[in-house]
This record gives sequence, C-alpha cells and structure tokens, in this order.
Amino acid sequence: MNRDIFMSNREKKLKQNLKRRYASEFLFKLGGMFSLLVGFSFLLFFFYTIISTGYPAFQQTYILIDIDKNHTSEDISNEFFYDELNYQNLIRDGLREIFPDVSERSELRNLYSLVSSGGIYEFKSRVIKTPSLYSDSSSFWILADDEVDTIYKSKSSNNFISEDKINFIKNLENENRIKLKFNTLFFTSGDSRDPELAGIASSSLGSIYMLFITFILSFPIGIAAAIYLEEFAPKGRWTDFVSVNISNLAAVPSIIFGLLGLALFINFFHLPRSAPLVGGLVLSLMTLPVIIISSRVSLSSVPSSIRDAALGIGASKMQMISHHVLPLALPGMLTGSIIGMARALGESAPLLMIGMVAFIVDKPSSVLDPSTALPVQVYLWADSPERAFSEKTSAAIMILLLFLFIMNAAAIYFRKKFEKRW
Amino acid sequence: MLFLFLIFFLSLSSYAYVRYRALFLDNLSTYHSLPSYHGLYVALWCFIPTFFIFLLWNLFEPYYIEAILLSSLPEEFLSLSALELQLVFNNIKAFSSGAIFLEDPGQSFLFLVNIYQESIDLSRTFLLIILLSSLLFSFIWAINNSKPSFKARDKVEGFLKFFLSICSLVAILTTFGIILSVIFESIRFFEQIPVIEFLFGTSWSPQTAIRADQVGSSGSFGVIPLFLGTILISCIAMFVAVPIGLMSAIYLSEYANPTLRSVMKPMLEILAGIPTVVYGYFAAVTVAPIMRDIGESMNLTVSSESALGAGLVMGIMIIPFVSSLSDDALNAVPNSMRDGSYGLGATTSETIKKVILPAALPGIIGGILLALSRAIGETMIVVMAAGLSANLTINPFEAVTTVTVQIVTLLVGDQEFDSPKTLAAFALGLVLFSLTLLLNVIALKVVRRYQEQYE
Repeated sequence: MNRDIFMSNREKKLKQNLKRRYASEFLFKLGGMFSLLVGFSFLLFFFYTIISTGYPAFQQTYILIDIDKNHTSEDISNEFFYDELNYQNLIRDGLREIFPDVSERSELRNLYSLVSSGGIYEFKSRVIKTPSLYSDSSSFWILADDEVDTIYKSKSSNNFISEDKINFIKNLENENRIKLKFNTLFFTSGDSRDPELAGIASSSLGSIYMLFITFILSFPIGIAAAIYLEEFAPKGRWTDFVSVNISNLAAVPSIIFGLLGLALFINFFHLPRSAPLVGGLVLSLMTLPVIIISSRVSLSSVPSSIRDAALGIGASKMQMISHHVLPLALPGMLTGSIIGMARALGESAPLLMIGMVAFIVDKPSSVLDPSTALPVQVYLWADSPERAFSEKTSAAIMILLLFLFIMNAAAIYFRKKFEKRW
Repeated sequence: MLFLFLIFFLSLSSYAYVRYRALFLDNLSTYHSLPSYHGLYVALWCFIPTFFIFLLWNLFEPYYIEAILLSSLPEEFLSLSALELQLVFNNIKAFSSGAIFLEDPGQSFLFLVNIYQESIDLSRTFLLIILLSSLLFSFIWAINNSKPSFKARDKVEGFLKFFLSICSLVAILTTFGIILSVIFESIRFFEQIPVIEFLFGTSWSPQTAIRADQVGSSGSFGVIPLFLGTILISCIAMFVAVPIGLMSAIYLSEYANPTLRSVMKPMLEILAGIPTVVYGYFAAVTVAPIMRDIGESMNLTVSSESALGAGLVMGIMIIPFVSSLSDDALNAVPNSMRDGSYGLGATTSETIKKVILPAALPGIIGGILLALSRAIGETMIVVMAAGLSANLTINPFEAVTTVTVQIVTLLVGDQEFDSPKTLAAFALGLVLFSLTLLLNVIALKVVRRYQEQYE
C-alpha cells in the first residue's frame, strides 16, 4: 500500500518532469528554427533593399527636344560642321521653344538645368560618330539631369528642389516629352561626377584584368604546390610547417595583403600605383592558399587503387600523377579555384591600399593603366553625396552579385557534372 | 615580346626534332626513355637558360641605357635635379615610342632621343645575338647528352619535381614577405615614436604638422582607443553571430530533414559569399538609419556611425563561418555517443546539450576563434559604417574607430613614405597581423587536435 502511493508520487513527478523536459525540448528546437529564420530573413531583407533601390538605375530619364535646323547645305558640307556646331545653344533654344513663357533669368537657369550638361557632350559625340543621326530627324531624346531623373522616377519632391523645376517636369510629362529609356550608358561609360553619366565599364574592365592575372598566376602555382605537398613532399616537420603556414595564410585579413602589395610591389619593385597588374598580383597571393587547400583535398580524394594500378604497370610517379591522378582531381581543383576567384572578385580592402581608389573615367587599355575595380567603384559611389548615386551603387552591387552568382553556379555545375564518388 | 615568342618557338621545334629523330631516324628500342622525354629534356635545356638571360637583360637594360644617357648629357641638362632628369628620361622614352608629341623638342632633347634610340637598337641586336647563341649552345650540349641510353625521363621528372617544390614555397615566401615588409616599416615608425607610447597611449590623432611650429604639431599615436573600438565592434558581432550561427548549425545537423538541410545550408553560404563592401554599404545606408530611428523612439542618442550598426552587420556576415565550422564539429561527434544518450532516455535537446556540445566544444571554440579573427581583420564594413575619430568609449551607441579603418584612412590618398603618419599604418598592420596570427594558430591547433581525437 505504502509502496503504491510512493510509486504514483514518483510517477507524478516523472510525468511533471517529462512535461518540463518536452517543453524545453520544444523551446530548444524553436530556438534553432528562429536562428535559421533570422539568417534567412536577413537575406530576403538584404536582397529586397538592394534590388528595390537598384533597379531604377537601369533606366534613365530622357527629354525630347526639337532642334531647329536652319543651316544651309553649304554649312553641312563643311567637314568640321558637326564638330563646330554649338549643341548647347541648340538644345537651349529647343527648351525655350517648349516653354515660350519663360523669360526670367532664374527661371531660365532652372530650365536649362533640366538637361544634363554631360548629356550634351554625350549627344555631341554620338552625332559626330554617326552624322546621319542628326540629319535624319528634327527632335532628339537628350539625357536629363540627375535631379530631374530622381524627381521623375520617384514622382515625389522634396524641399530642396525649386517649384519651377517640378512644374517644368509636369508640363513635359503632359506633352509626352519625357520618358525613361534603358540606361546603356551605365554599361558603356566609366565613372563620372554626374550620376546620370556614371557607368561601370571601366571598373568592370579593371576587375576583369585583375581576375585574369589572378587566374593565370594562382591556378598553375596553386595546383603545382598542392601536387608537391600531397604527392612528393616527405612527411616531416618542414611539410607540416608549410601546411600550417598555408592554412594560416588563408585566414590572414585581406588588408594585410594590401600592405604587402604596397610595401613590396609599389615601394620596392616600383610598379605603377593603381595598376590592375599590382591588384592582380596581390589578389593571386590572397587566392593561392584557398586554391592549394581545395586542390589538396581533391587530390587526396583520388583513391589509392588508381595510383597503385598505374605504378603497377610501370608508370613513374610523375606519369602516375599527370596521366591518372591529375585528370581525376582536376574538376575538384577547378571548383575550388572558381570559388577562390569569386572571393577575389568581391575583395576591395587590399585594393584600397595599392591606390585603386582613383577616379577613373577612361577604360584601362592595358594592365599597367590606372584603373579601379567593381567593388571599389561601389565603395566610391557609396561615399558620393548625390542622391542619384545611391541607386547607381545598388545597381553596381546587383551586377557584382550577378557575376558572383554566375561564378558560383559554374563551380557547382562543375562539381555536379564531374565529381566522382569513390 | 617577339623575342620571347622566338625562344618559345625554337624550343618547341627542338622538342619536335628530337622526338622525330627518336621515332624515325634512330632505333627506338635502344632508347631508355620515351621519345617525348628526350624531346622535353632538350627543349627545357633550350628554353630555361635562354629565358633567364632574356629576363635579366630586360631587368638591367633600363639602367644601362640611363647610364649611357647620363654620360652623354648635353650641358643644359647638367644642372637639373635627379627628379627633373627622371622626367626628361620619361619624356624621351614616350617621345621615341610615339606616345607623346612635342611642339618644340629642342636640339639637345632630340640629340638625347637619338642616343636613346641608338642604344636601344644596339642593346636589342646584342640581345638577339646572345639569345640565339645561348639557344644554339644549349641545344648542342643537350642533344649531345641525350643519347639513346641517356636517362632523360629521370632528368625531366627531377626538374619537374624541383619546379613543383618551388611553387609550394610561394606560400611561405608570401608569409615572409608580409612579416618582413610590415616589420621593416614598423621599425622605421618606432624610431620616431616610442613603442611604449604606441602600445599604451590613450589618444590617437595621427595628423602631422606641415610647419614645425604649428599648434598640435606632433600627432599622438596611442593605439588603445583603436583597440577598444575594434574589440567593441567584434564583441557585438560575436554576440550576434555565435548564438545564431551555433543554433542554426545545431538545428541543421541534429533536427532538420535532409531536404531542409540541402536548401538552408547553401542559403547560409550565400551570406558568406556576399562581398564585404556590399555589407558595408548596407550597414551605412540601411541599418544605421534604422538604428538611429529606433534609438530616437527610445530617447537614446544613437550616432549614425554607431558601433552597434557596424557590429550587427558584421555579425550577420560571420554567421556562416560560425555555423559551417560548428557544423563540421557537430558532425565529427561519433553516432555511438548519440545512440548511447538516446538509449538512456534523453530527449534530443538533452543529448545535444549534455553530450554532443561538450564533445564538440573544442571544435566549436576553434571555429569561434577563427570567426573572431575574421571580425577583427574585417575592413570594408567598418570603413563604411564605423567612425573615423578615435573615441575612448565602450558605449555601443557612439561612433568608434578600429585598427583597420585607421590603416585605410592613413594610406588612402597622397602620401610620402617616410612620415610617421603612413608608417603608423604599417605598425598597426603589424599589431593586427600578430593578433590574428595568434588567434588563427590557436584555433587551427584546437581544431586539429579535436579532429584527431575522434578519428
């Protein structure tokens, strides 16, 4: 009897205890799910902000302006005709024609500033390139100023923008003289102080040069080093030291590599500052450990039966590696290298050290020309005070992420396609 | 470039010739190695010495030509300083290659251009003769060696092995390069600023005077506020990253079914793939204003460059490092331990908390240390979202600066290379490098030892 009571008490306690335990189990699991959710929702929030601020940058506002062409045929036959034409006045006249009532000085100034001053030059160079463009029609879409672009895109105004301008834009809209066109300039031009003219062409080219140098240096050297360490190096202190060294190097902050590049390549070897060559060298030193580590993993995953078979029919060690092991390990090596290259593409801190933060308008024509890189361009634009640069920054980020996505997708594809499970 | 191509082409043809000789002219069965090895042996002998001559020549040619120009300098250039002379030489180079056009070059300038072109032509002719004779000499020497009984394969493979071992040294050399370059510049810095003042000073304002009598002419280089800022931001980052990263890893490795795992793991890895400059932009443009608004609604003054904003975003960047390293550590715990715990009637969470986590702890701690070293060395996020002025504070709502931010601000822009201002960046680099190296070595050792324990 006594015992029964004791048992049921104990059972009660156990049951209560079990409830508590299950509750804590549930909470713990919930905590895990919550953490995952935090990471995931940050990712969503991040992509949402970048894309929502960035996508308008792929369109740019243009204004339709009629140009009064009262030149004689004699004028046009002059071979310097298009060079000497005063485009600014032509466009200003066209603007005045749309708004004939405007006469006051300050109003006129506002009117003229609807059109981007850089856009006029852009129009001029377009006309000089293909004169038929000019002679064939009488009205042209001229690039609008970045302020106009922001107002027109957001359909809102703030206190800093004069009433006149907003009215001008409304009128233009009513007359169908203002519209958004695909922003080709963003992909074909270099950096500019005018947001409406700024593009990513020069910085992307700089990035491509650097990636090219990084690849041709770090891929062969990385693979060679991995082969030596994995296949030839005698097991011992020295090899251990080298391996530890390589794993440490992979974790050294990237800015330290920038210091190395500054002290070694620029101050000691006197290579030019801001050159993609130096950037590529620094990035390849940075990528090398990543490639060596991943190549060693894929070499060691080739089963020993293959090595033994090759050696057994009389191949030398070098033949065994170059004919059998290397072809089997190459896809894995390539995957690791692509991932390393993707990291190098997104890297900007070491490039700041070696002076690749310059304001570069022209596309670099060789690896020794001053240049900048896509991530550094993002950094530069993010610092610019003009509002219109914020959408450019996000757009450049989108392009950068797109490149990274393509590289990573290629890496995954290689792995899926060629990976062999032994 | 043309010469390089020539060397390469001739070496290639020597390879083809030797292989052809072995295959068709000689009796193949008398050969020790495959014909291609004999070919490679000869080709390597042709290529490598000649290539090095070419490299050395190109390295020293500018000095030689400069010396010639200096020795025949017309009178009007004699008074120029070394820097101006350098400019003249650059002009000569650009002028003779047609890169620039001068309106009125002047008689003596043209004279120099003439000498320059003559000596370049002479040098190129000599180079060509030397390269060709070196090629011929090594070809004859190698082909004499490479008789059928010659062990060409051993030689070629020995060389290849040597080449591979040289490549493996590049990583070591990089480390030495980093150490040497940082230490040398730091020593120059410590000649001007005492070490004690640098390490224990509490004020950081690295401007140097333009005139000697300027107010506040001597900048102060006390590294303590930078350290405090770095540690503050890294701690905030770790407060975000460690719980979230660890819990996600636990959930993914212990609870999640394979489908969820295969979807969510790459998702977390995307976070690791986003460039840091993008995080920095995000922190400065999106997170910092949100922080400020939240602070305002709670009557707190939050600086728009607060440590909190930068730390928070950095924490999110580090989540995947923590989670993937902890994931490895959790997976390394043998299943027998799990089964034993379940067999005693423990729930999953009890098994994790009481069995798996203690067993995986060394690996997890190693991962956290690696993540911490990453946070300390992180640059772009703090450059864009943290402050520039050094405040000695541990208030997360205020703006602080970090070691990496200061390195960047000291080195970006125009600089002379011997002012304490730029050298200070290298001293900071030395501190940063030693700190992260220490963390990495400890972390890698812990992880390694832990892995061996269960293997």
